[in-house]
Amino acid sequence: MLSIKNLKASVEEKEILKGLNLEVKPGEIHAIMGPNGSGKSTLASVLTGKENYEVTAGEVLFEGKDLLELSPEDRAREGIFLAFQYPVEIPGVSNINFLKTALNEIRAYRKQPPIEAKEFLRLLKEKQKLLEFDTTLANRSLNEGFSGGEKKRNEIFQLAMLEPKLAILDETDSGLDIDALRIVSRGVNKLRSSKNAFIIITHYQRLLDYIVPDYVHVLYNGQIVKSGTKELALELEEKGYDWLKEDAQETTLKPSFQ
Amino acid sequence: MDNTITQISNSLYSQCIADYELRSSSKDTAEPAELSALREKAFQQFKKTGFPSTKVEDWKYTNLTPFLKEEFITEQESDLVAVEESLVEKAMVPGLDSYRVVVVNGVYRPDLSDNIPHEGVYLFPLSAAIGRPAFKKHFGQYTDISRNHFAAVNTALFRDGLFLEIKNNTVLGKPLQVVHLTAADDHTFLQPRHLIVVGTSAAATIIESYVTVDNEASVFINHVSEIVVGENAQLQHYYIQTGNEKARYIHHTEVYQLASSVYNNYKASFPGTSLLRNNLNVALDGENVESHLYGLYLSGGHQLVDNHTIVDHRKPHCQSNELYKGVMKDEATGVFNGKIFVRKDAQKTNAFQQNNNLMLGKKAVIDSKPQLEIFADDVKCSHGSTVGQFNQEAMFYLKSRGIGDEKARALLIHAFAYDVTEKIPIPEVQAHINQLIEEGLKS
Repeated sequence: MLSIKNLKASVEEKEILKGLNLEVKPGEIHAIMGPNGSGKSTLASVLTGKENYEVTAGEVLFEGKDLLELSPEDRAREGIFLAFQYPVEIPGVSNINFLKTALNEIRAYRKQPPIEAKEFLRLLKEKQKLLEFDTTLANRSLNEGFSGGEKKRNEIFQLAMLEPKLAILDETDSGLDIDALRIVSRGVNKLRSSKNAFIIITHYQRLLDYIVPDYVHVLYNGQIVKSGTKELALELEEKGYDWLKEDAQETTLKPSFQ
Repeated sequence: MDNTITQISNSLYSQCIADYELRSSSKDTAEPAELSALREKAFQQFKKTGFPSTKVEDWKYTNLTPFLKEEFITEQESDLVAVEESLVEKAMVPGLDSYRVVVVNGVYRPDLSDNIPHEGVYLFPLSAAIGRPAFKKHFGQYTDISRNHFAAVNTALFRDGLFLEIKNNTVLGKPLQVVHLTAADDHTFLQPRHLIVVGTSAAATIIESYVTVDNEASVFINHVSEIVVGENAQLQHYYIQTGNEKARYIHHTEVYQLASSVYNNYKASFPGTSLLRNNLNVALDGENVESHLYGLYLSGGHQLVDNHTIVDHRKPHCQSNELYKGVMKDEATGVFNGKIFVRKDAQKTNAFQQNNNLMLGKKAVIDSKPQLEIFADDVKCSHGSTVGQFNQEAMFYLKSRGIGDEKARALLIHAFAYDVTEKIPIPEVQAHINQLIEEGLKS
């Protein structure tokens, strides 16, 4: 589904990603962990096409298409979704209107007719229930005055509505209380299928108790320095990142995943 | 401040002078002496000052020279202008149950208007209302012709317009929709004059829309409206300003409010009209008065849109709130000048003013000038002005959900305008304005 090969990217001429490799197949959940400044959020930004990020080398294929050639909106229409670490507040744009616009733009790209009002309402209700997302929140302006937890939940609510093929969760767990974490995780678990995939970027192992990944990767200094299964996350929780940093400095690392 | 060296003296000026002299020599008008005296005073004022140049502070950013250069006809044929029904229909707010009033080239047209079978509502051509007590009491009483060049020439030469009186305790159940239509085959200078008097404890909603017929000829319209809002009365007043590039509007609105009255003005203007200058002056001349002024200007092309407002707090315990938002496309130029006076007697005043501008065109320009003059010491006042561009974070957020550039922009512009549009209490009008925004963005 997603194939990243030797990806290098810079922000303001500072190289952040320094040759990153990653393969994601349908049905898989990949967790990416790593210390601050290792390039986790940069990876999310590059994959979704945020401005100011310059790709200097490598390639990213999404279902065989050159992802880096596509505009941010076309990437979304192809089926990529980013749950933002810091969702933006947009006063005056209603959540509902925003979702309907997004859904119809995606449908138009896929040559489907606009969604029927009745069907849209049904979908809305179903997903609201799934995420225990309050109707009053859904009817408000996009993220305006939402608490941190409400914003994160809204991200997953949007994910549920738009049903992407590949969802990237950028530190969705940070700042969530345990109840919200449970709701968000349950939502993700219900949404996962053999057809879609998730990349979960996180600092903490805690989220991975709820959403069990197939693979855990450690991103350090712009490269994936270690890959493993969920046990790796536990090890990181226990030992921190320092042992990996030392490893990384000792050896010139070969990309360790596949 | 004004002198003959800096005034714009052109053929229109000479023609206005000649018109007036012809008019006063013919003496065939049956106007009362008071009105003739007022016209004479206004004429002398105009003769002295002419049209304002940019040396006049209030016209500093609005150069009229390019808009006054054609040879305009000032006299109007008295024949009724034929009007296409579809044009009037198009200017109406869709789906809104209202009384329709049509004014063509400044002349009230009963043949195109609804009959208003409502007790206490008097609607006439202004020329037919001159003898009425409300006219005698209020006409020309509130507009300062010594400071308003266009109001002066209008007062000297107006021929007709709309007179609306809503008697004490009359509550108009349906909005009154006034469509002002302009159609001319030759370059024309029009000076309609209107007077609206809302009596004690009366309430009404008036929606005024402005449209022009697509013609080759330029039309310069110099509107003056005087509005009296009586004690404890409420007036909801809308201006929906559209038009084509051939149209130039000077629109002077003078509102005089008595104690415990409420006046809300909702003004929206759209691309088209090449010059739009709105003067909206509100005098809060009684205690416990409330005034809200909401403005939205979506400007495009080479349009020049100039909103001047004066909120004059004369008495204690009054509240005013003003919010004007501008969306500037292409090479449009905008001016916002908001003055708030809080006079010495006006203690316990709450007066707020805000002007925000969203710049879409690289060559668009805005001059924003908020002014506060406070002579009382126990008041709450604030003003602010911002100029900005699209929030890139918000743009990216929308795009990351699959929303394309055009739709994302439209969403953000609607969101920007929302602070104003949400204040509109009639859903049909709100939808109509949103529709006009949509069209204005595409133009």
